[in-house]
Amino acid sequence: MYPTDYKYTQEHEWVALAGQTATIGITDYAQHALGDVVFVELPKPGAKFSAGQVLGTVESVKAVSEIYCPVSLEVTEVNTGLANAPEKINQDPHGAAWMVRGRATNPGELSKLMDAAAYQAFIAEKEKETQT
Amino acid sequence: MGAKMVNFGGWDMPVEYSGIVSEHIAVRTAAGLFDVSHMGEIEIWGMEAIALVQHVTSNDAFRLSDGQIQYSGLMTEEGTFVDDILVHRFSPERYFLCVNAGNQDGDFEYICANNVFAAEVDNCGVRYSQLALQGPRAPQILARLTPVPLDPIRYYHFVRGPVNGVECIIARTGYTGEDGFEIYFAPEHSEKLWSALLDAGAAHGLIPCGLGARNTLRLEASMCLYGHEIDRTTTVWEANLGWICKMDKGLFLGHRALERQKAAGLRRILAGFEMEGRLIARDAYPVFCGDREVGRVTSGSPAPFLKKNIGMAYLPPELSAPGTEIQIEIRGQKAPARVVKTPFYKRVK
Repeated sequence: MYPTDYKYTQEHEWVALAGQTATIGITDYAQHALGDVVFVELPKPGAKFSAGQVLGTVESVKAVSEIYCPVSLEVTEVNTGLANAPEKINQDPHGAAWMVRGRATNPGELSKLMDAAAYQAFIAEKEKETQT
Repeated sequence: MGAKMVNFGGWDMPVEYSGIVSEHIAVRTAAGLFDVSHMGEIEIWGMEAIALVQHVTSNDAFRLSDGQIQYSGLMTEEGTFVDDILVHRFSPERYFLCVNAGNQDGDFEYICANNVFAAEVDNCGVRYSQLALQGPRAPQILARLTPVPLDPIRYYHFVRGPVNGVECIIARTGYTGEDGFEIYFAPEHSEKLWSALLDAGAAHGLIPCGLGARNTLRLEASMCLYGHEIDRTTTVWEANLGWICKMDKGLFLGHRALERQKAAGLRRILAGFEMEGRLIARDAYPVFCGDREVGRVTSGSPAPFLKKNIGMAYLPPELSAPGTEIQIEIRGQKAPARVVKTPFYKRVK
C-alpha cells in the first residue's frame, strides 16, 4: 500500500526522490480521510517553496485541506490533469495522482521524514485516537 | 459498515459510508437511509397545549388537523430562533415536536419557562430513535415492511402504525428535498429496523447515508441549518421564512419585534449564490460587493447532484436579487459568484 521507496510527513504528504528530482503527492490515508476530492489548486512551474510551506490546496465535498511542501523545492512540473480529474486523487494517490515535481534544493531534509513503516505506525496510532 | 464517524453534539455520528457524492446521488435517484436518532423530541399535552404551542412558535398550529405536521420557529422575544422545529398534532390536546439535537435541552427549558398555561411538557428524546428513509423509491421500499397504506399519507402528514412489527410514527417529511419518510420509534428497535430497511431496499438501490450527504442534500434544497442560516441573531423575515410566520394568529413571543422589523424594513436577507468559477465557497468565508464586505457565507459546498458550487449568505436586500454579481473571498482571492433563485434544486413531482 505505502511504497517503501517514498518518504512521508505527519501532514500526510509523500515525497519520492530520484537523483535531485522530488515528486510529491498526498497519501492514501489523506485521500480516505478527505473523501470525494472535487478540487485541487497547485502552484505553477518555477515557484519555490521551503519545507513546510503551503504548496497547494485540496478540497473534498466536506473539507478543505492544505498541502504542505515536504522538502524545499523548485517546481519544474505540475500534474495539470488533476484540475479536470481531481477524483484521480482518490483512485491512485501514490501513482497517477502525483501533484508536483521539482528540484529538491536541500535533499538532506528527507532524512527527517518517516519511511513507510514509520508512517504506517503513525497512522495506526491516529486511527486508535479517533476510535476512543 | 465502514462508516467515518464524527462527534456531533455528544453523539457519535457517521459522516459518510460509501462517500458523500454516491450517497447524495442515491437519495436523488433511488433512496438513502439516515440514522437521525440524535434529533430531539418534546411532547406538549393538556387542555391548553395549543395555547403554549401558539405562544412559543411562529407558525399557526391552530391550522393543523390531527396527523398533520408543520415547520415552525421556536421564537425569542426578538423574533429570532431558539430553534427550528417540526410540530406534529396527535390530537387537539397533544403535540409532538421534533427539534435539533444540540438544542433539545435548551428548547425544553425555554418552553417550560414560558409555560404559563395548563399544559404539560416532556423532554422525551431518550424514548425515540429516528430513521429517515429518503428518495424517490422510499415509498416502495417502506411498503415492503408495513401494512400501512402509504399513498394516502400526504407530504407533511403522519400516521401511527407498525414497520417490521415495530410501532412507529411514520411521517412524510425530510431534510433532503426528496420524497420520503421520517420514522420515529422506541430506541431498542434501532438496529433491527435499520437492517430490515436496508435489506428491503437493497434491490431498489437503497444505501446507508451519513451526516455529510444530509448536509449537501439540504443545502441543494435550500433548507436552513440551525447554527448556520438561523440562530438567536436571525429573524424569520431575514431568513426568508416568512411562510412559517403567521402574524394574524394572535400574539406570540417575538410578535412585536417582528412587526417592528417588518415596518422598519430589513437590512439583510438570506440569499443563495452560485460560484462562477471552480472555487468552492465554505462556511464563514467573507462576501464582497466590490471593495465592500457585505456578509458571510452561512453554508457553502459543492452540490453533488447539480454539479455546481453553491452557498447561502445574508446580503443587503439591494444585493439579494437573482443575477447580482458578488464575490466570495477564498484564500485571499475574490472569486466571482452570482445570486440565484432558491431553492437551487427542486424535485419534479
